[in-house]
Amino acid sequence: MSIRLQQISKHFGNTRALEPVNLDIHEGELVGLLGPSGSGKTTLLRIIAGLESADTHPRSGKILFGDRDVTHVHVRDRRIGFVFQHYALFRHMSVYENVAFGLKVMPRNRRPSTGEIRTRVFRLLEMVKLEDFANRFPAQLSGGQQQRVSLARALAVKPDVLLLDEPFGALDAKVRQDLRRWLRRLHDELNFTSVFVTHDQEEALELSDRVVVMSNGKIEQIDTPETLYRHPANRFVFEFLGDVNHLEGKVQNGILTCGDARLDVDLPDGHEELLLRPHELRLIETPTAHAHLPVTVTATVPVGAEVRVELEADWLANPWLATIRHADFERLGLTRGQRLYVEPRRWHRFAQQSPSFSPSPSTA
Amino acid sequence: MRRIGDAPTVRRLLIGAALCLAALFLLLPLVAIFAQAFAQGVEVFWDNVSNEYTLSAIGLTLFVAVLTIPVCLVFGVALAWLVTRFSFPGRRILQTLIDIPFAVSPVVAGLIYLLLYGRTGWLGAWLDNYDIQLMFAWPGIVMVTIFVTCPFVARELIPLMQAQGSKEEEAAVVLGASGWTTFRRITLPNIRWALLYGVILTNARAVGEFGAVSVVSGAIRGQTNTLPLHLEQLYQDYNAVGAFACAALLALIALLTLAAKAGLEWRASRREAFL
Repeated sequence: MSIRLQQISKHFGNTRALEPVNLDIHEGELVGLLGPSGSGKTTLLRIIAGLESADTHPRSGKILFGDRDVTHVHVRDRRIGFVFQHYALFRHMSVYENVAFGLKVMPRNRRPSTGEIRTRVFRLLEMVKLEDFANRFPAQLSGGQQQRVSLARALAVKPDVLLLDEPFGALDAKVRQDLRRWLRRLHDELNFTSVFVTHDQEEALELSDRVVVMSNGKIEQIDTPETLYRHPANRFVFEFLGDVNHLEGKVQNGILTCGDARLDVDLPDGHEELLLRPHELRLIETPTAHAHLPVTVTATVPVGAEVRVELEADWLANPWLATIRHADFERLGLTRGQRLYVEPRRWHRFAQQSPSFSPSPSTA
Repeated sequence: MRRIGDAPTVRRLLIGAALCLAALFLLLPLVAIFAQAFAQGVEVFWDNVSNEYTLSAIGLTLFVAVLTIPVCLVFGVALAWLVTRFSFPGRRILQTLIDIPFAVSPVVAGLIYLLLYGRTGWLGAWLDNYDIQLMFAWPGIVMVTIFVTCPFVARELIPLMQAQGSKEEEAAVVLGASGWTTFRRITLPNIRWALLYGVILTNARAVGEFGAVSVVSGAIRGQTNTLPLHLEQLYQDYNAVGAFACAALLALIALLTLAAKAGLEWRASRREAFL
């Protein structure tokens, strides 16, 4: 079931939570709403669910599920599944009763028989690998197990659309990884349309077919993870999707200077701020003709396949971060306090304060 | 390691003082009530209790409690629901208003009702036209008792419902449950212990209320006399054994209430330990 939002906006009192938003989600898509807290992503999800109503003044937007206009349909009748941030399991009911709830409260003419409910609930519990926990109470389960119960409960009523609010926010990193993959598989198997909210860019990029990046109640960009990372629409998206190093200085005759740092850039004269990704920095022992960026190593942290190197210099307001391969780390014999030079492989720049952003990534 | 203030002498002194005070001010009077009530034997006690007027007072007291509790229950749940599940202008003021019956002296409450609904009162004249008498009759007693006891249930529920939040209810509605089903199957089970506790407190207060009731009841023996009022009358008539027999009954109700409350708290703590 596709989801289409047209001109949906929301105010809480006088504060604007959402600017008029348009969004098309295709049938069977898994879409992540990504943004910092206060960006309006949860509000948007709750409006899709019908738990929150969109503004009707000055004009009313529209929400369509497929061809069905659900703008004024009560949340009860929208046929959605909703997974809450802290699961919101019914604490006084067993796992079985939790999952069966949606089936048991159906109007009599649609309600399955007791035997059918039993079969269906156990099939769902099997799917989330919790069939041995049917008689446990929510408080006796781990966070990851509770999350799976809440998923099974949402799927029990065969929703057209599955909505998840920070589904993995409260779990530890390892469980989160597993559940993410499991949800992705489940989604591909059952092929429902799902929308989930997250503030974790890695989660959004890994899980989504397309990511909707939001800030301040606005949609900044809607794209596939790949495009989003390679072609961010604006500076906000670029900075939100990963660590960023800043280089600010004056450009004159194609050379940007900042203290005793120099970098050849192909830009007109004026004040410029360049953005550099940590993995796009190369550490070298002698400056090149194009780049003279002296730095001092202040910390080295091996993280997985890479080493994170923190760099400082007089000409830098904030320390830089570079991620390099272990091989390079060993070759350079990096230690704290060592003086080196940076050579950016690539830098990015966004025209400032301009409403129409012009991404101009360029090679140095 | 010893905690601050954990010197043995200090500890013994404080515990001793607490025990002495408790015995002197709580236990002794309670023992005295029962001792006085049975001072002239069980038979005299029984005669006093089974006296026509005493029985009528017991009947009226229970009748008032039975009418008061459901009203307070519905009112308390509705109010707690309103205050914790909706945000609207004046919500905080409403939460403060709930406490008025606690803040106002019961005698003042009785007088206000008399002023409003008495025969010469603001609304009383109009009621009199329709031959409706509220004051100096059981409806008046019920009205002031409700006024005095109405905050108990709401006060118990509001903090609990605030802490629990509305996510479970939202989850139920998303799954297709109607408003009533959600209340019956999600809200109610989550608040049942607090609710019961509130009812117990309401009952204790409704049975024992003296000040407000004495103003509006008229204390007509055998008609509008509740147990606390009857007790006072017996005492004024120098019928000490009769007065203490009634006192013993009230004390018994109080003890049962406390036992029920302790039982519930024990259950609740066990439940929490289990969870």
